[in-house]
Amino acid sequence: MSAFLEIQAIQKRWADDVTVGPISLPIGRGEILALLGPSGSGKTTMLRLLAGFETADSGRIVVASEDVTAVPPARRRFGMVFQHYALFPHLDVGENVAFGLAGSRERGAVEAKVGAALGLVDLAGFERRKVHELSGGQQQRVALARALAPEPRVLLLDEPLSNLDPALRERTRRELRQVIKRVGITTVFVTHEQEEAFDLGDRIAVINAGRLEQTGAPDELYEQPANLFVATFVGRANVFRGAAARAIGGNGSGAGVVVVRPERLRFDRNGLAGTVRERRYTGAGAFFLVEGDDRERFEVLAEPDAAEVGARVHVTATRVIAFPDSGRGGAT
Amino acid sequence: MNRRRRGSELLSAALVLLLAWLVVYPIVIVIGDAASGSAIRAFVSRAGEWAALWASIWISLASVVLAAAIGVPLAFLFEWFDFPGRKTLGALIALPVVLPPLVGVIAFLFLYGESGFVARAIQAALHLEEAPWRLQGPAAILLVHAYSMYVYFYLFTRAGLAKLDVSMLEAAQSLGAGGRATLWRVIVPLLRPSLVGAAMLTFMTALGSFSAPYIFGGGFRVMTTQIVATKLNGDLPLAMVETVALAIVAIIGLGILRGTEGDDILVALGKGIAPRPRPIRRASVRWLAAGAGWGLAVLLLLPHLTLALVSLVPYGAWTTEILPPVLSFENYRRLFSEAERLRPMLNSVWMAAASTFVAVALALAGGWLAVRQRVRLRRVIESLLALPWALPGTVFAIALAITFSVHAPAQLRFVLVGTAVILPLAYLVRALPLTGRGILASYRQLDPSLEEAAASLGAGRWRTLLRVTLPQLRPGLAAGASLAFVAALGDLVASIVLYTYETRPVSIEILSSLRLSETGVAAAFGVVLMLVSAVVLSVGARR
Repeated sequence: MSAFLEIQAIQKRWADDVTVGPISLPIGRGEILALLGPSGSGKTTMLRLLAGFETADSGRIVVASEDVTAVPPARRRFGMVFQHYALFPHLDVGENVAFGLAGSRERGAVEAKVGAALGLVDLAGFERRKVHELSGGQQQRVALARALAPEPRVLLLDEPLSNLDPALRERTRRELRQVIKRVGITTVFVTHEQEEAFDLGDRIAVINAGRLEQTGAPDELYEQPANLFVATFVGRANVFRGAAARAIGGNGSGAGVVVVRPERLRFDRNGLAGTVRERRYTGAGAFFLVEGDDRERFEVLAEPDAAEVGARVHVTATRVIAFPDSGRGGAT
Repeated sequence: MNRRRRGSELLSAALVLLLAWLVVYPIVIVIGDAASGSAIRAFVSRAGEWAALWASIWISLASVVLAAAIGVPLAFLFEWFDFPGRKTLGALIALPVVLPPLVGVIAFLFLYGESGFVARAIQAALHLEEAPWRLQGPAAILLVHAYSMYVYFYLFTRAGLAKLDVSMLEAAQSLGAGGRATLWRVIVPLLRPSLVGAAMLTFMTALGSFSAPYIFGGGFRVMTTQIVATKLNGDLPLAMVETVALAIVAIIGLGILRGTEGDDILVALGKGIAPRPRPIRRASVRWLAAGAGWGLAVLLLLPHLTLALVSLVPYGAWTTEILPPVLSFENYRRLFSEAERLRPMLNSVWMAAASTFVAVALALAGGWLAVRQRVRLRRVIESLLALPWALPGTVFAIALAITFSVHAPAQLRFVLVGTAVILPLAYLVRALPLTGRGILASYRQLDPSLEEAAASLGAGRWRTLLRVTLPQLRPGLAAGASLAFVAALGDLVASIVLYTYETRPVSIEILSSLRLSETGVAAAFGVVLMLVSAVVLSVGARR
């Protein structure tokens, strides 16, 4: 896939010790890219650099072979959905959506575009509603319609689902993905939730402490994390070191750190020994918190009746991710 | 970004210089001149000066006590109890705010003065030879102050009570606190910021009050009237020393009151649901409350009604009768048809409009730089905008009169006294805290992502300002602008020091009409001022 939007060695210094980047990242036409990272990692800075609200100290942002690094936000033609939506409270839904359509003079054309944008997010006929009368989910969709109405080149979303209650989130996530895919717009969104990044993104860029740790499809990140941070931040992970690592790793390669997902551990006749301390029932299975003989604790996902609290158990791994001692190398 | 940043810093430096020139520089000049002359010795040695200073202080403190004694119980009554007419009365009771101080004072004069309605009625009823009293001296001043300033306590306390979380009161009760313990240990501490705010406002207003002591003082002088008298006598050095003395009292007073404010973090703890007004169950008590409320409202409205009535009495038509025998619109006709009478009205309107417009523009620039751009000088900008509030109007009037009667361009001093510029300039200084406060507060509440959203939708700087920022700032902006306009429209304090015949405002015209015993015309001016003020303020308060 050729890159439509290119982030080229972008860097932004906040203070002497807080720097974001340099980050380089090509994004394909029509691709949905998730910027995933803990809070304070620099992912929101990255998004604001793309939107033009912050100015990079060095590096370039290129869209469709045009350098937009110095283009002000108003002329960048990037649509943005804000975390708290930033709907204009003094305008109604239709006026909000029409705000970005000021260029076109004909009133009928504007109305048609507003109607189409609202129809896209399933809010046809909501033009004259007041913004504060809408539910959170509806406000989110208006914000999306408003961002899409001027037909931007790139869509940016800042934590698009964080303001919705959990029950609504999963459904909204699917609808959001459908709308974006139907429009076919190149999209970058920021999230700190792995599940959201997996569900909504085609590809995920993991950012930590201002650095790009790894980019890849969800299964790539999960199965072949580039380093210990990605392994532990994306999905649940047990980290074994020293003797425990050698015992669980099995292959005797002398790897310093071994990461194993809870579902890749199972109770066995022999292997790493420990005692079950807690059992958390989840319906489909149960998480068993096991304390090893070296007092390190780890989690096993197994059948609900696989073990009992207080029982002495042995654990083996079906699949491990091994890192050299520093934890900053490639996966095996 | 860096170039834009530097532009903002430069702009903020320019704004700081401009504000400092307007707000600080004249005061510095007065202090310098006062300190260099021999007038200090004269001030210190004269008993009359000390008496006036002391009178200013105790009148202000007594005004705070009286205003609190009326305003706080009223606030509790209207916020916590329900009785017939509560809503209407609750709004009516805030009415004295609408009256410009001078208009309130002359309304009082017509109502309670020695030839006012009440005195006439009592005189007639008791067949007295003379009027039963003379409305003069400290008691008269305090009466006017209590009447016009209880509103601060009433409004602040109601706002504080409305923010009170009902669950806090319930928590106190469930912990075994009785009604009195809840009041003193929970409600009053939580209301403290509101009460201190009202006390500061009342103290400052009373200390700077000029109209009431000027009209009712007689031989009793407070500092503001003393300063103006000294200035009119031509003893400028002494007037400057007096001005500095008054400024020092104001600053010390504010400092002491601020010290008692405490932190209002307590109040900000929870969002809270205010207690709902309790209906009064016993019918007799309910009617008593309603009766008292309505009686009070009539009492409070009486000056306004008096003013309206007097404005309908033609010149010389009312001599000894209790009620005026003839009523007509003659005074209003003269007001609007005689060019010499229309002039002060137009003067006041354009000068108030111009000063308000500039004050809004400066406050907008200050808000943008201090809140949005977060320039390095943001604290300085905010302080400069707020400073004129901390000093009585007379202080600024004298300071401007002295600073701008000298031609010294190198010192940035120009002869503006006697020109049409000086009064709008004085009004502007007084307007800055009003517009600044409203606009800065609105700017702080404005979500910056709204402006970013506008930008991401392709709106340039001006379109964002007009379509997004200004509509969002509108409540604070309109409130500040309307208060500033009304204050300038009815101003007497600065006008009496700085006016010329050509630029005389309404307040000066009212005084000269009174001096010529043209009470009807004076009252008609007052009514027009009152109505315009009321309309402007109600437009400004609309959400």
